[in-house]
Amino acid sequence: MSRLRGRLGDRLLHVYTWVIIIWLSSPIAVMILFGFNDKKSKSNTSWQGFTFRWYRELFEISDLTTALLNSIYVAVASTVITVLIGTALGLALGRHRFRGRGVTNFLVFAAISTPELVMGASLLSLFVSANLPRDAVTITIAHVLFSLSFVTVTVRARVVTLDPSLEEAARDLGATAWGTFRQVTLPAIMPGVMAGAMLAFALSIDDYVVTSFVNGSTITFPLWIIGSVKTGIPPQVNVMGTLIFGIGVLIAIANAVSARRRG
Amino acid sequence: MKRLTPYLLALPSWMWLAIFLVVPMAAMASVSLQTGNAIDGFAMTFSVSNYTDALSRYSTQLVRSLIYGGAATLAMLAIGYPVAYFIAFKAGSRKSMYLFLLLLPFFVSFVLRTISWGFLLADDGILFGTLKGWGLLPAGFHVLATGFAVIAGLTYNWLPFMILPIYVALERVDPRVVEAAQDLYASRIATFRRVVLPLSLPGVFAGVLMTFVPATADPVNAQVLGGTSNTMIGNIIQTTYLTNLQYPTASALSFTLMAVLLVGIFIYARALGTENVLEAAAR
Repeated sequence: MSRLRGRLGDRLLHVYTWVIIIWLSSPIAVMILFGFNDKKSKSNTSWQGFTFRWYRELFEISDLTTALLNSIYVAVASTVITVLIGTALGLALGRHRFRGRGVTNFLVFAAISTPELVMGASLLSLFVSANLPRDAVTITIAHVLFSLSFVTVTVRARVVTLDPSLEEAARDLGATAWGTFRQVTLPAIMPGVMAGAMLAFALSIDDYVVTSFVNGSTITFPLWIIGSVKTGIPPQVNVMGTLIFGIGVLIAIANAVSARRRG
Repeated sequence: MKRLTPYLLALPSWMWLAIFLVVPMAAMASVSLQTGNAIDGFAMTFSVSNYTDALSRYSTQLVRSLIYGGAATLAMLAIGYPVAYFIAFKAGSRKSMYLFLLLLPFFVSFVLRTISWGFLLADDGILFGTLKGWGLLPAGFHVLATGFAVIAGLTYNWLPFMILPIYVALERVDPRVVEAAQDLYASRIATFRRVVLPLSLPGVFAGVLMTFVPATADPVNAQVLGGTSNTMIGNIIQTTYLTNLQYPTASALSFTLMAVLLVGIFIYARALGTENVLEAAAR
């Protein structure tokens, strides 16, 4: 009897999990669907027929295209900087004992746990106090700041699993410090670095709150969308969202498959 | 040279964190005590009244944010725990598929996701519009522009951040411990309450931390899903800073928000008996 009830409970849990997954995914379905909506009125809120028109006219709204490009530039720039300095910090924290390690760990934690709003507000305070104009550069600075901890933590997690005797062996065989790093350490921590890079890119291209404080007159993709909520989101936004979603999912799947192949 | 290596590796990040995290906090602390306006400039006057003014003027929104954030966190916990439990114990070889499906929303921009969710909740949208058309709901029924819509949006947006840490904690539970409890004739409920639940608490702790802070401070959900009577502290800080250019008031508000959240986390950590907040969060 108890076993029967147990099995029924499991089945209910299974159904429940799917209900939650469908709930979480339903806004995605709506976004994709309304990128195909042949809307005639100004607002894109009711289904009026199928069309590919918005895919053909994807770049017709020049402000929106500029905003998307700004987002991509900032994401690329901030990812490159974050990966460079974050990987170095991850190596230092994962491999070495040094003075200030505790403070560094605390700062890394503080950067993750500071609410985005407070981070944005404090950066604006700095830029205002220092009379610094706000543009794509200040956005990039901010994005590096909030991505840095994530890259550091991801790389550090990978570094601590690394067997130090590998590097010692390379040194014993006459490799230089740089050679050892490039040919032994870097390939071994590469999955962590790549994961960190993807995280940094995703965080950057998605960010609205911090960016809204430090953007000046530069508009990014999320800022443009929020700005057009009142007047109605054009279907091109849905299409861009759909394409970003598709590319992201493809990269994630490719990554998972190649990880499985490597074993 | 070898002894210098860690310092050289850490130096760029140290500089970044010092200049753009520590110094800005100090700048904000300083601005929060100044008086003046955006045109004539601000001067340091050590006016603590910025804090008392901001608090008395915006305490409603601050309290509302804490209630919305807290309600959403509780909802996430109640909704998410069973999902984490299912994936950890019952999903077998399909664990990664379920985790992937749970993470799908993160491939869509946060802002766009919130708007799409609001779209689903719209008065005459595909959900309520259809139900109204079938006569299942009264014509005046609406969810958008209510506190419920904001809480639902916060819950929707951060749910995976609650599920994942709980899943990680449950996944680490040794199945033999559960079997042992059952061998000793513990009922399913007793096994869960006395064995599984206590072992999953670190995950619950991390999940609450990862969701409560950002949900409470979030301005987007209230802006997109709420009405004029649902503004949260995040919206106030944004408009005070960016539209009204009242930097001192906005800085004071930001600090108050952070202090309230820190105190909240501390009390919460104490209540759960976790001695070291950092350690628990790092796990």
